[in-house]
Amino acid sequence: MANKLVVSLSPHAHGTDSVERNMYGVILALLPALIVSFCYFGLGSAVVCLTSVAACVFFEWAITRFILKREKTTVLDGSAILTGLLLGFNLPSNLPIWIILIGALVAIGVGKMTFGGLGNNPFNPALVGRAFLLVSFPAQMTSWPLIGQLGTYTDANTGATPLAIMKEAIKSGDASVLDKLPDATTMLLGNYSNGFGAGTIGEICGLALILGGCYLIWKKIITWHIPVSILLTVFVFSGCLHLANPIYANPIAELLSGGLLLGAIFMATDYVTSPMTHKGQLIYGVSIGLLTIVIRNWGAYPEGMSFAILIMNAFTPLINNYCKPKRFGEVPAKTKK
Amino acid sequence: MKKYLDIIVNGFVKENPTFVLMLGMCPTLATTTSAINGLSMGLATMFVLICSNLVISFLKNLTPDKVHIPVYIAVIATFVTVLQLMLKAYLPEIDASLGLFIPLIVVNCVILGRAESFASKNGPLASIFDGIGIGLGFTFGLTLLGICREFLGSGSVFGVILFPESYGALMFILPPGAFITLGFLVAIVNKIRGV
Repeated sequence: MANKLVVSLSPHAHGTDSVERNMYGVILALLPALIVSFCYFGLGSAVVCLTSVAACVFFEWAITRFILKREKTTVLDGSAILTGLLLGFNLPSNLPIWIILIGALVAIGVGKMTFGGLGNNPFNPALVGRAFLLVSFPAQMTSWPLIGQLGTYTDANTGATPLAIMKEAIKSGDASVLDKLPDATTMLLGNYSNGFGAGTIGEICGLALILGGCYLIWKKIITWHIPVSILLTVFVFSGCLHLANPIYANPIAELLSGGLLLGAIFMATDYVTSPMTHKGQLIYGVSIGLLTIVIRNWGAYPEGMSFAILIMNAFTPLINNYCKPKRFGEVPAKTKK
Repeated sequence: MKKYLDIIVNGFVKENPTFVLMLGMCPTLATTTSAINGLSMGLATMFVLICSNLVISFLKNLTPDKVHIPVYIAVIATFVTVLQLMLKAYLPEIDASLGLFIPLIVVNCVILGRAESFASKNGPLASIFDGIGIGLGFTFGLTLLGICREFLGSGSVFGVILFPESYGALMFILPPGAFITLGFLVAIVNKIRGV
């Protein structure tokens, strides 16, 4: 009975905003990319995404129920479903089920619940899962199936992704390697011709991701600051590199390849792990863009988006600290000499 | 005798250097890629700890206060040199796999910490038992960490294969795996201790 009376300070304004609304909004925005992935990868995509979502929800439920022993489980707020979907989007479509289960356990168990659940995790859980799998199972995590093999799962034929070609060009120092890259329209739609590995499930179709991003901005679930600052930084930085030395790929190809769009629109904008103020979000976005290109061009891995976001997640509290908004009516303290 | 037993139990349980004091994290995280590495690092540290505790407890009244740290370091470095030469002569494989971390025992803060907080205030016999207790605690921590990491990372324990290596998560052999495993072990130990 006592719980039914809510005592709180004014203003008592009532909004429709809630965790559920935002989480299911993002899941809705991911649907175009999910449908495209079914068309391109068929069975593999369905198995990986379903396993990942089911495992994340199960681990979230099991950990809150049996280890944290909380009465209210947070399974239905959509955050575990979203983590599962994003984790699935970050995996190749021919990944064996047992690896997906380990990824889900690390994402939810290590990435989220050890810190106390939703709202307390310093790192994006789906990316923690992906980074763990990428370091732990490098062979399975970097074999990219060709598109169009709708009925095959783990035995799909594989090929090199555009990012691998870019890496090869830099390693060999031979700009003509880049001629093998598919053109921009192909990369935007994701319908790679034979011989190309398409990448992870979610990152394949840039157009579907941009569509989802527009929906999120239209519904005011995210603001433009983080995605635009990441994409613009990548464009400018990789453009300068391309002009200076043609062994670095052209900026359009950098923007459309790998997990850049997926990361910029859906992963970096995670509420919990990104800065709160717009100024902070711009700093965060620009840093992610710079780090991504640095890792892509000079790092050991061909793709740097996930690591860049994780690194900047770690800096988010610091950015928040330096970008505190001025209180209304506050007089700035005099600077001491 | 009860007093000495208490000192050992204290070093092993109440002041376990790995899980409670959180000292000597550098060798703890770096050398525990396998159970045998963790065990040998723990035993090597225990040997130096017991010997240096004994000598320092003898020297405690002779050392001027201003230079006590250099004196301790000189004593510890002597025993580390003895240990390293012995390992090179009799157990060259362990010497090769631990590499740089054997000479680094000189600056291991477990040993200097015990010299400061125990050996410089207690008699020789008590200091030996403190070295045994803390040394056992350190060895236990490192071996446990090594067992967990070797099992999860390469599917074996002390080289005995339990499942095929291709199913092991490579991350646990690498540095980030050390941090994750240590974090979970400390959490479990805290739960058991009821902290």
